[in-house]
Amino acid sequence: MTRSAPPACDTIVAPATPPGEGGVGIVRLSGSRAEALLAAAFRGRTAPPAMVSHHLYHGRLCRRDGTPLDEVLAVIMRAPHSYTGEDVVEVHCHGGSQLLRCILDLFLAEGARLANPGEFTQRAFLNGRLDLAQAEAVAALIGARSEQAARIALGQLEGRLSQQIHHFTTELRELLLLLEAHIDFPDDDLGTLDHQAVSTRAAAVHAAITELMLTFDNGRALREGVSVLILGRPNVGKSSLLNALLGEARAIVTEIPGTTRDTVEEELVLDGLPLRLIDTAGVRDTTDPIEQEGVRRAREKARAADLVLLVLDGSQPLTAEDRMAVAMAPPERTVLVRNKSDLPAAEEPHSHPFLSHVAVSVRQGTGLAELQAAIVAHFCGPGAGDTVGGVVLAERRHRDALSGTLTALERFRAAQAAGEPYECLAFELREALAALGQITGETTPDAILEQIFSRFCIGK
Amino acid sequence: MAVRRTMSEGAHYQVIVVGAGHAGCEAALAAARMGCRTLLLTLHLDMCGQMSCNPAIGGLAKGHLVREIDALGGEMARNIDATGIQFRMLNTKKGPAVRSSRAQADRDQYRLRMKLVLESQPGLDLKQGQVVRLLEAGGRVSGIETREGLRFQAPAVVLTTGTFMRGLIHVGLVHYPGGRAGEPPSEGLSEHLRALGFVVGRLKTGTPARLAKSSIDFSRLEAQHGDSVPRPFSADTERIDRPQLPCHITYTNACTHEIIRGGLDRSPLYSGVIEGVGPRYCPSIEDKVVRFPEKDQHQIFLEPEGYASGEIYPNGVSTSLPLDVQRAFLRTLPGLEAVEIMRPGYAIEYDYVDPIQLLPTLETKALRGLYHAGQINGTSGYEEAGAQGLLAGINAALQAQEREPVIIGRDQGYLGVLVDDLVNLGAKEPYRMFTSRAEFRLLLREDNADQRLSALGRQVGLLPEARWQRYCAKLAAVATGGGRLREVRVAPGDRDTLERLGLGLLNNGASLEELLRRPEIGLDDLLFLDEQLAALPVEVRDELETSVKYEGYIRRQQDQVERTRRMETQVIPADFDYATVASLSAEVREKLQKIRPHTLGQASRIPGVTPAAIAILAVLLRR
Ligand SMILES: Cc1cc2nc3c(=O)[nH]c(=O)nc-3n(C[C@H](O)[C@H](O)[C@H](O)COP(=O)(O)OP(=O)(O)OC[C@H]3O[C@@H](n4cnc5c(N)ncnc54)[C@H](O)[C@@H]3O)c2cc1C
Ligand SMILES: Nc1nc2c(ncn2[C@@H]2O[C@H](COP(=O)(O)OP(=O)(O)OP(=O)(O)O)[C@@H](O)[C@H]2O)c(=O)[nH]1
Ligand SMILES: [Mg+2]
Repeated sequence: MTRSAPPACDTIVAPATPPGEGGVGIVRLSGSRAEALLAAAFRGRTAPPAMVSHHLYHGRLCRRDGTPLDEVLAVIMRAPHSYTGEDVVEVHCHGGSQLLRCILDLFLAEGARLANPGEFTQRAFLNGRLDLAQAEAVAALIGARSEQAARIALGQLEGRLSQQIHHFTTELRELLLLLEAHIDFPDDDLGTLDHQAVSTRAAAVHAAITELMLTFDNGRALREGVSVLILGRPNVGKSSLLNALLGEARAIVTEIPGTTRDTVEEELVLDGLPLRLIDTAGVRDTTDPIEQEGVRRAREKARAADLVLLVLDGSQPLTAEDRMAVAMAPPERTVLVRNKSDLPAAEEPHSHPFLSHVAVSVRQGTGLAELQAAIVAHFCGPGAGDTVGGVVLAERRHRDALSGTLTALERFRAAQAAGEPYECLAFELREALAALGQITGETTPDAILEQIFSRFCIGK
Repeated sequence: MAVRRTMSEGAHYQVIVVGAGHAGCEAALAAARMGCRTLLLTLHLDMCGQMSCNPAIGGLAKGHLVREIDALGGEMARNIDATGIQFRMLNTKKGPAVRSSRAQADRDQYRLRMKLVLESQPGLDLKQGQVVRLLEAGGRVSGIETREGLRFQAPAVVLTTGTFMRGLIHVGLVHYPGGRAGEPPSEGLSEHLRALGFVVGRLKTGTPARLAKSSIDFSRLEAQHGDSVPRPFSADTERIDRPQLPCHITYTNACTHEIIRGGLDRSPLYSGVIEGVGPRYCPSIEDKVVRFPEKDQHQIFLEPEGYASGEIYPNGVSTSLPLDVQRAFLRTLPGLEAVEIMRPGYAIEYDYVDPIQLLPTLETKALRGLYHAGQINGTSGYEEAGAQGLLAGINAALQAQEREPVIIGRDQGYLGVLVDDLVNLGAKEPYRMFTSRAEFRLLLREDNADQRLSALGRQVGLLPEARWQRYCAKLAAVATGGGRLREVRVAPGDRDTLERLGLGLLNNGASLEELLRRPEIGLDDLLFLDEQLAALPVEVRDELETSVKYEGYIRRQQDQVERTRRMETQVIPADFDYATVASLSAEVREKLQKIRPHTLGQASRIPGVTPAAIAILAVLLRR
C-alpha cells in the first residue's frame, strides 16, 4: 500500500522534444548520476568527465555490448547552472520514435527513472531555480501535464493489451490472497497451500509478461502515434474526411445518416508525424442499441483523444445533435471543421472557444491542406505541449512497469524455490503488484482482504 | 499508612476517561502513570476490563499489538500473563514476522485483576457513573457531566464507550436496549456528540451462546493443548507456571446447517431488522451457512471460560437466531447432544463516531482536548481497543501537561498502522487488525516491539526505569551476540566441526554468521562453538537468528521506509488552505480539506489523492 513518491534525488530521464520522423530529438537527464549515465553510453573523442559544461560534444551512443545506437551530440550542464539546478545532460539524436525509445531504454537499464509529468520543472522549483512567485505556475503545470499523461496512457491501453495487463493483476492478486489467507488465518481450516499450483501460475504470468515485453521491444505492443478523432453528427461528412486525409476510400460514405456504426481507425503520417485517425459513428439521440454503443464509444474516445476534429455541415443550420457533439469536444484540443463549403453557407460562422476553425469541402478537396497544417501545428508548432514525447514516454512507462513486475516475479519464484516463509513470498508478490499498479492502479490491502472474505469462510 | 486523598465531585482533574473497557483502562492507567490527576468513570464498576466476547487475548496481528502495548508501558500484556489459562504461539511454521501469541483468559480473573490495578494506581480515581454530556469552554472540551448532573472538570477527556452508545441487543426478532448482555446501554451521549457536529454511524457485532460445561461430553472430542513452554506477553513476566487448560474441537454438519436455514425467517440479520454493518471477518454462523453453502462443516472450538467457571465459550458459532433455534442447532454438534445454554448468543447494534474525524493523535479535529479510543472508533477487538486507549491516554496526558503529542508511524508498529488507517480511511465496517494491513510487516515482529517503541514509552514517562534498564541489557546482549557471530570462525581444517554441522569442505573457513545464513543451519546448531552465545537468553538468540537469516528482506523493507521518510517528515501546516490551490482537482481538494493530513506522507495515503497532487503540494509547501 506504499504509494511512496520516489526520492527526489534520483536521476530522471525523458524525451525533451517531440520525435518527428526525421529531424532532431532530445533526451534529457537530470540528477546526480546524469553524468555517470552519459559516461556509461557515450563514446567520443572527449569522455564526459572531461567535457566542459554547456558545450556540445560529438560522439556515439552505444549499448552495453558496444553496439552503436546513434550518432549524437551531447551536452552536460553541471549543477547548479542548469534548468533544474541539478546536473543535467541532454543528448541530441536523430528523431524517430523507435530510436528515442531505444535511447530511453538504455538509460533506464543503467538506473535512471522515467520522469513524472512536470518533474523537471518541479525540481527546478524545489532547487530554487524558479522564484517563489512561480510556485502556482509550477503546480498548474504539473497538474496539466499529469492529466495529459493520464489521458495518453489511457489512449494507449486499449482492447487486448489492457485485458492482458488486467489479467496479470488478477492472477497476482489471487496468488497474494492465497498467501495472505494462510498467514492471517492459521486457525481457520483453509487446508494446506498448494505450492505447486502457486508456482505454476506464477510461471505462467511470468511467461506471458516476457512474451508481451518482446512485442514492446518490436514496437508492436502499443498503438503508435497520437490520436486524432473525427467527431460530429451523422451525415456531416466525417467518413468522407477520413478518406480524403488518407487518400483512399477506407470508410463507407453514403447519403444515409448513421452509415458509420462503429469506430474505424487508420494510421497516417503527416509531415513525419505518426497519427491514428479515428472515424466515429455520428453523434445522435438514437434508440438503436448498436448505434447507442457507437455514440458511447465516441464520447469516451473524445475524452482520451489527443486532438478532436469536430465536423459541422456548414450548409445546414446548427442542430441539437451538432450541439451534443460540440459539448463532447474538449475545447483546448479541438479543431472545428466546417465541411461542405462548396454549398451555400447556412449562417455566419459562430465563435466557439476552439483551437482554430477551418472551412473545407471534402467533395472539392479545398481547405484540406490548411486542415493538415492545423493538425501538425497542434502537435509540433510553437506552444505545442509535448504530446508526442508523451506518447513515447507513456509507452516506455508501460514497458518499465512490466519489466519491474518481471524482476519481482523472478525474485518471487527464486524465493519460493528456496523455501522462504510465506510473508517473504508475499513481500515479493506485493512488489510485483506495485510495479503493475503503475498501469492499473494500486492494490490496496483492503482489496486483498475483501477477496479473502468472499472466497474463504473465515472468522469465528 | 497514608490515606490517599481522592478528588470529590465537581473537582478538577487533568484527564477524564469515560468507560473502563479495554481502551479506557489503558488510557486511564497511562495518564495517571504519567503523573496526571485522572478520573475513570464507567457504567458498572464490577465490569472494568470485562471481555464482552471471546475470553482470549492476542492472535494474528493482535498479539503484536499486545507486545506493543507492553513495550510502551501499558497493562494488557501483564494482565493476560497473570490470568491466562492457555498460551499458544500461532504460525510457528511461518516466518518470524507473522508469528503471533494468543492466550485464553480466565474471564473473571482478568477483570478482577484489572480492577485491582486500577484501584491501586496512585493519582487515579475510579468511579461509577454515566456520562451524558461534554462540557465546553473557549472552543475546547473542559469536562463532563453525568446523568445525575454531576460535573467534573478537565482539559482533556477520552471517550471509550465501546458497544454501549444506544446499544440494542437482538436475540431472534426480540430486541431490547443494552450495552452488553446484562448491562444497560449508554443513552444520550451519542445524541450529544451528533449535536456537536460529529458524524455518528451504526455498526453491529455478535457473540455466541455460553454453554454449561456439565452438559457437554468431551470424551469423544479432539483436545487442543497450549504450548509446553508458554511464552509470556510482557517483558515483566519471567515465566508462566500456572496450569494450562485444553480446548476441544467439534464440527457443525449438514443437519446443523439445515436447522439454521430453517430459522432464517426469524433472524434479525436476514429479516432486515438489523441496520448496522457487521464485521465480515467475524461472520455469524448463519452468515457462514448462507454465504458458503458448499462447505459441509465448520470447525468449532470449545474454550473454557476459566479455572472455576462452569461455562464454555463455543468459538465459531456467533449467532442472533432465536433461542430455540440456537439450542436445536447446537445439539446437532458431536459432544453437544445434550447441551444446555446458560447465556444466549446475541447481536448488538451500537453507535460509533467515524474516526476520519480524528487526528493521528486520536484527538478529535472538531473539539480540542477530546480524544476517542476503542470501539467508538469503529474497531473491534480488545487489543485494538487497548492499543488505541494507550495512545489516547498518552496524548491526553501530554496535552494536559502542555507537552508535544505523540504520533506513531506505520513503520513503528501495528498501532501506527491502525491509527493511520482509521484517520485516513474512516471505518465503514468494524475494523480489525491483520498483518496484511502493514506494508512494513517484515519489520514489525512481536519480538522487536520493544526496539520499536520502548524509547518512546520512556520518553513520555510511562516505562519504569527498571524496565528500561532491562531493555538496555537486552540490547547489549544482542550486540554482544552479533559480535560473537562475526568474530568466531570455523577453520577450513576443522573436520570434526564441519562433520558435526553436516558441511563439506570450506576453502577459507567461515564465520558463524556466514554459516547461519545457510538455510539448513540454525543458531542452536552453532551454540557448541561458543560459550558466550550459548549463555544468551533465548529471546536474544531468536533475535540474532532472525536478523541474520532475514537480513536481505529486512534491509529491503528498511529501504522502503527510507524512501518514504522525506514525505513522512514534510509537515503540512494545520491551517494550510487547500481551497486556494487551483491546480488541484475539486475532488482532491475536498478530500484534503476534510482529512487535513498532518504530513505529505499521510496525504499520499488518502484514497483518491494522486501522485500528481502530492507533487503539487510538495511545490506549494516550499512557497
Ligand atoms: C456482543 C459482542 C460481541 C463482540 N464480538 C467480538 C468479536 O467477535 N471479535 C472481536 O474482536 N471483538 C468483539 N467484540 C468487541 C470487543 O468486546 C470490543 O472491541 C472491546 O471490548 C472494545 O473495547 P472498548 O474499551 O472500546 O469498549 P468496551 O469494552 O465495550 O467498554 C466500554 C466501557 O465504556 C463504559 N461506558 C460506555 N458508555 C459510558 C458512559 N456514557 N459513561 C460511562 N461509561 C460508559 C462501559 O460501561 C464499558 O465499561 C464484541 C463485543 C460485544 C459486546
Ligand atoms: N456537398 C458536399 N457533400 C459532402 C461533402 N462531404 C461529404 N458530403 C456528402 O455527405 C454525405 C455524408 O457523408 P459521410 O462521409 O458518410 O458522413 P458521415 O459524417 O460519416 O455520416 P455518418 O457515418 O452517417 O455519421 C455523403 O453523401 C457525402 O457525399 C462536401 O464537402 N460537400
Ligand atoms: Mg460515417
